[in-house]
Amino acid sequence: MSTNDTVQTFYDDYAARNFTLMAVVWGVVGMLVGLIIASQLAFPELNLGLPWTSFGRLRPLHTNLVVFAFAGCTLLGTSFYIVQRTGQTRLQFPLLSRIVFWGYQAFIVAIFISLPLGYTSGKEYAEFEWPIDAFLLIIWILYAIVFFSTVSARTIKHIYVANWFYGSFIIVVAILHFVNSMEVPVEWMKSYSAYAGVQDAMIQWWYGHNIVGFYLTAGFLGMMYYFVPKQSGRPIYSYRLSIVHFWGLIFTYMWAGSHHLHYTALPDWTQSVGMVLSLILLAPSWGGMINGIMTMSGAWHKLRTDPILRFMIVSLSFYGMSTFEGPMMAIKTINALSHYTDWTIGHVHSGALGWVGFIAMGGIYYLVPRLYNQTKMFSTKAIEFHFWLATIGVVLYISAMWIAGVAEGLMWRAMTDEGTLTYTFVEVVKATHPYYVIRVIGGGLYLSGMIIMLWNVFKTVANGQQVLVQIPSKLVDA
Amino acid sequence: MSDFTSSFWPYLISFITVGGIIGCLALLFSASKMEQVNESGDVTGHVYDGDIVELNNPLPKWWMYLFVFTCIFGFIYLAAYPGLGTYKGLFGWTALGQYEQEEAAISKRTAPIYARFSSMKTEDLARDAKAMNIGERIFMSNCAQCHGSDAKGSRGFPNLTDNDWLHGGSPAKIEETITGGRIGMMPPMAAAVGTPEDVKNVANYVLSLSGSIYDSGLAGLGKEKFATCAACHGPEGKGNTDIGSANLTDNIWLHGAGEAAIIKRINEGKVNQMPAWKEKFTPAQIHVLAAYVWGLSNAPDTK
Repeated sequence: MSTNDTVQTFYDDYAARNFTLMAVVWGVVGMLVGLIIASQLAFPELNLGLPWTSFGRLRPLHTNLVVFAFAGCTLLGTSFYIVQRTGQTRLQFPLLSRIVFWGYQAFIVAIFISLPLGYTSGKEYAEFEWPIDAFLLIIWILYAIVFFSTVSARTIKHIYVANWFYGSFIIVVAILHFVNSMEVPVEWMKSYSAYAGVQDAMIQWWYGHNIVGFYLTAGFLGMMYYFVPKQSGRPIYSYRLSIVHFWGLIFTYMWAGSHHLHYTALPDWTQSVGMVLSLILLAPSWGGMINGIMTMSGAWHKLRTDPILRFMIVSLSFYGMSTFEGPMMAIKTINALSHYTDWTIGHVHSGALGWVGFIAMGGIYYLVPRLYNQTKMFSTKAIEFHFWLATIGVVLYISAMWIAGVAEGLMWRAMTDEGTLTYTFVEVVKATHPYYVIRVIGGGLYLSGMIIMLWNVFKTVANGQQVLVQIPSKLVDA
Repeated sequence: MSDFTSSFWPYLISFITVGGIIGCLALLFSASKMEQVNESGDVTGHVYDGDIVELNNPLPKWWMYLFVFTCIFGFIYLAAYPGLGTYKGLFGWTALGQYEQEEAAISKRTAPIYARFSSMKTEDLARDAKAMNIGERIFMSNCAQCHGSDAKGSRGFPNLTDNDWLHGGSPAKIEETITGGRIGMMPPMAAAVGTPEDVKNVANYVLSLSGSIYDSGLAGLGKEKFATCAACHGPEGKGNTDIGSANLTDNIWLHGAGEAAIIKRINEGKVNQMPAWKEKFTPAQIHVLAAYVWGLSNAPDTK
């Protein structure tokens, strides 16, 4: 525990502040690329016939930007803030935290340039080539050093539950990234995976699903555990529930990846084990939702006046919904219908836009005024407006993809009495077109909300100033 | 064939899987029995960042039942289906087995329909509305990707409606093409033809055969060199379906029309491939599909 309390009486919020601002900026950029590729799917002419603007290159740019840039900056920024507050200690290695910030931005810029140029390792959600892989690993290890040193320098006896989740996110992402990116470089910006065939597919989806599990779930649960009690002013509902759902989540998520490879060359036993543990994942996931929602109980009246709290409750509702949907889709018979269809896209976005996006927005709206010595955001009306744009946007997006996905699943499998397919592929494409257009509208609404947020954040920042926040007198619990 | 390099791995997998689920249940029950932390009942006494406190409410009952239910389902599933290493499961289910079973069921159901078609001549099949309906479904889902929904092809993919056949348009030949696929191969001929001027001259002579726009002076010079080409395309340039050489006189250009395209073909040659479909379709299905394709250029009046 920290003893040098004379020098270190202020929190170090450099990284928290800058990551939080960049989260909003990258959110707008990443979602804009998403809107472009959604429009390309509805209107292929928008590929413009150029390699750099084609769907095949922009799609990985979209996924990497929203996951690693938007969600990533949100998680790194909030973790730097929360780990200090909940441990009541100053960030350790402040210089490293600055290197982590600038290094991480350099990593994002490298993605932003290399993917449209066509450099790709072909691994979903990890397309960036080996020099960028190696660079990210270094930055991530520095991040881990800062975070865990700060946790161990805390002046509070217990480690707060938010930090368990952030800690698991940092460790697991390091392992996932390291193992999945094992590759043989053949030249500058070109490598081949170290794994072959079905093993490569399994490693890829072990990685892919755990990026969802630990980047987009565990990390954001860490946020939820700080911002929900703060914003609602209510105590955490159940400590023991957080223990059970934390360890349950950590254990079961690791196994779930093979449900992405049902009915493939993956051995039957691997598919079965993945399916069973995906189903068991339902309860640990819902544990987090219950703890969040029950924490808010007693503060329901605040939902009428507080749009930030509303972001959080909607976020938890989408979390509960998509973590119910996920295990269901992992059941082989349901997966036989849903796999390869837009239902999967809808499922991902109910989690990404609904859960990750909403909790990130709620958290950032909480954080920005506090990082700039303000009592509240520049415009509460704008937050309100953002809330409704985002909510309508998500609902349009996911219901369009559900309908399109189920239609695809049913039409692809439909068979005539003579044993031939009833519908050709292009007939299915035609049937889903209206829903692709609705998705563009939903995505457009969601992006406009994000742009309003960017404006609101910059107005708040312009009116405020960066201040040093003093670490409160050290409360040591009994 | 085993998925494992030694008998150790199946045991390890079974141990971790079953042990992990039991571990989940143990975690659940130990937390549900957790003692209240202090006398006031449910406050843990932890305080973070000034005002975050934790209650320690009991685990919701319905949620515990849900957790236990999914674990029990997991055990039952792992008993019934292959999951624990090399253990086959009580049902003996395999993905391959399910596929073969479903395929056999469909084949059995459709066998009587195809039995009638197999004995029919192509010309008659092409007039049978039901057969042509099936042929069209097969074509649209499997052939249209290359040959187009209208079967008119595009560059590199032959038009099937124009009566121009590289490998022959008789019903038997079409069936042969679908069954075994085709590889069309023209070697690079520039060296055999001579200088780049010679190539240009020959190209103009080739153009003259189909009445395309050409330079008659150059064509005259190229006529002699065309002897090299005639080995495959015939002295009159009408091609030979036995070896799949193209007819150069019909103004149909699979790989591009005009002088430049022809010079490119002479210089570079061309290998073009249609895949074989015998693994995907039964002979009866190929018979029906061939009739559909034959009918595209032989316009039978379908009743």
